Amino acid sequence: MDLELSYFLSEIVANRGMLLQGAWTTVSVSALAIASGTLLGMLIGLALAYASAPLRWPARLYVDLIRGTPVLVLVLATYYMSTPLGLPLTPFQAGAVALCLFCASHVAEIWRGALQALPIGQLEAGRAIGLTFPRICLYVLFPQAMRLAMPTWVTAAAEMVKASTLLSVIGVAELLLTSQQIISNNFLNLQFYFLAGAIYFAINFCIDMLGKYLSRHLEGAGKPRSPV
Amino acid sequence: MTVLIDIQDLHKSYDTLEVLKGVNLSVKVGEVVSIIGSSGSGKTTLLRCINLLEAFQGGRILVDGQPIGYRERDGKRVRDSERRIAKQRAMTGMVFQQFNLFPHLSALDNITLGLTKVRGLSRAEAVEQAEGWLERVGMLAHRHHRPSQLSGGQQQRVAIARAVAMKPKVMLFDEATSALDPERVAEVLDTIRGLAQDGMTMVLVTHEMRFAREVSDQVVFMNAGRIEEQGPPQRLFGSPASPRLRDFLARSGI
Repeated sequence: MDLELSYFLSEIVANRGMLLQGAWTTVSVSALAIASGTLLGMLIGLALAYASAPLRWPARLYVDLIRGTPVLVLVLATYYMSTPLGLPLTPFQAGAVALCLFCASHVAEIWRGALQALPIGQLEAGRAIGLTFPRICLYVLFPQAMRLAMPTWVTAAAEMVKASTLLSVIGVAELLLTSQQIISNNFLNLQFYFLAGAIYFAINFCIDMLGKYLSRHLEGAGKPRSPV
Repeated sequence: MTVLIDIQDLHKSYDTLEVLKGVNLSVKVGEVVSIIGSSGSGKTTLLRCINLLEAFQGGRILVDGQPIGYRERDGKRVRDSERRIAKQRAMTGMVFQQFNLFPHLSALDNITLGLTKVRGLSRAEAVEQAEGWLERVGMLAHRHHRPSQLSGGQQQRVAIARAVAMKPKVMLFDEATSALDPERVAEVLDTIRGLAQDGMTMVLVTHEMRFAREVSDQVVFMNAGRIEEQGPPQRLFGSPASPRLRDFLARSGI
């Protein structure tokens, strides 16, 4: 047992470069997808909540279509269709695009729900003081909707990290594929899958903490600021 | 006195339901006009048309001589651009039944938002003016509180300050006291009365008959999408001509 543990540890040390590289790929492709997908999703969600039919229907079609498609299909389609479409992507790029599209469809629904949960009086009060719609969004609706959307957004972001494992099928050397490659050399199946699981957990734990921090920051609400 | 708001043959429908059936009303500078009538008579809709929270299909509304919301282009009636409409809305201040303060902002910032983003004041100027208005409505001590920490009456006073700080030409009150606890009504009515005494032009939709009688220069009774009767409060409350108004006043306990 002792021997196995020290062998495992020595293998971690020996493969630390690969592991870090894999974890970094997972983090960077997820971060890229979450950031771009969130921005895109907020635009689409805004269209779902407020746009007139010609803009709302394509948005609805997009959301329903992408949400109804398995992520794996999305990943494969993006990678293998990019070349015939005249825009060849590397596996990393294709993976980031696929996850971004997927993330956007989920964020769009979350964002629509949050915006529609706000009382109509907020929009009207913004209008009544003469604010234009973009400014009402920026100063009145978005800050409130962010608070409502934060918990579900954190869940969606964590889903993206988990979904990034699927990029291994198109050859993106993210954490899972890297772990598999290490295992094929040392046969420490249990240990290295466990290690990979622990690293995924750590990444998502960080996202969770970030979400909690942001929630608290946005909440900063409730209490009165120190009297001047 | 010059006419500030001129409503001409206003028609408004929701799909097939016509809620305003040709309303004509003019409000002069400095005048206080109360609109009374039962629920569904169209009084709130009329008020909301004046600051374009509702679209309308026929007729015109002029504020300070300027037609708002729509213009003629090649013989067709087209809606003004959103940017233009935002400018027009800034000419009118609106106070809502449900206050509609921004819950994520302090009382002070509820007021400075419009001052900085619409009127283009610097932060320092905006704070100075906002504090002036908060003092005026007796809420200066609460300037750093969020709406959720204020009572209904206090929220409504902040909402009045928010609207009036924009220096509108006219203030519109949509049942400003209807959502308040009875003991909170007086403080809000006092605030409105103060504005009236300062010569602010105001249009109030209200259920407070005694208040309407006291502060108004003109009272308008609406029924089924039309103005049924209008005139000075003494005459309207004292010797109502239309049977419907007599009926309404009797039910309102006047």
